[in-house]
Amino acid sequence: MITAAVDRAADARPWIERASPTHPSLIDEEHRLGELYNMVNVPTVVWIDEEGRIARPNDVAFTTEKGGKYADVSTDEQMALLRSWVRGELPPKPEDVLRAQVAPASTGSQAARAHFGLGWWLYQSGYTDAAEHQFRIGGELAPDDFMIRRGTMRLRGSDPFGPEFREMVTEWLTLGHTYYLPLPVG
Amino acid sequence: MTSFMLLDVGRPTEVETTIDQDGVWIGAAGVEAALGWELKPEGLCKDDVCIPIADHQGLVSNGAMHLETLADLLRRPLALSKEHGAAYLGPPLDLYDQTVGALQAPDFTLPDLDGQLHSLSEHRGSKVLLAAWASW
Repeated sequence: MITAAVDRAADARPWIERASPTHPSLIDEEHRLGELYNMVNVPTVVWIDEEGRIARPNDVAFTTEKGGKYADVSTDEQMALLRSWVRGELPPKPEDVLRAQVAPASTGSQAARAHFGLGWWLYQSGYTDAAEHQFRIGGELAPDDFMIRRGTMRLRGSDPFGPEFREMVTEWLTLGHTYYLPLPVG
Repeated sequence: MTSFMLLDVGRPTEVETTIDQDGVWIGAAGVEAALGWELKPEGLCKDDVCIPIADHQGLVSNGAMHLETLADLLRRPLALSKEHGAAYLGPPLDLYDQTVGALQAPDFTLPDLDGQLHSLSEHRGSKVLLAAWASW
């Protein structure tokens, strides 16, 4: 198990210290996993086998049934599936089925992440307004990238559980989209 | 010449640039230092790969390279702030299709809270559940 907090280290620290995990518990301030794995939201999990092959592409996984309800998935069923994979009891999925579950990365989403990357450097360099401008461009280029749209709210002095977040989700759902995109269990 | 920060997937290198109405021009030495691509008679070269540049007339002028043309040539997403003298080049556009698209997990190296670096490749031979989360 490897966890990565898509957060500033200071924001992730209290959570990690309280959990005091034994597995590598990493900080991904720069959205490196977003860039490499085309992740657009959290929580996102990937199963990677002994040879470094993807055994299950990006999926939504909460740790509690209450959390799973947000994504309309059963955490218990997901956990049972994960356990059977770890024990080697799960028959491997055909590669074409897995490939079909890999979400394509659009040119817009890749450009959006470059704007986030520039914004993060500007933010760290103290150019707060210029950073905000880059984060906004990123969100416009990839409106489904909530790592950018919601993940930068604290950097922009906004509350990621407040009105901006609620308005963003309401607008997104009104457009007919889904906020979390889990894979089918099984 | 002004100083400019070129961020190669986040890795910063300070390079000398000239900014004119056509855009940002980075000295060939800066491109090599930041991105590892060297200007040679046969083209733009890195390791054993050379990209011919004859079809990219606007790329080189007075020993400097035009940043936006360079990003196009290398097929890399670019975000640029002329005002703050910085640009970010993301991973090559095809990398995702070549790795995740082919079910190969791309390696990464990230710090823990103590700043100690960890790579996915250290876990080869074990099953890994990679879980991205956030406090938000």
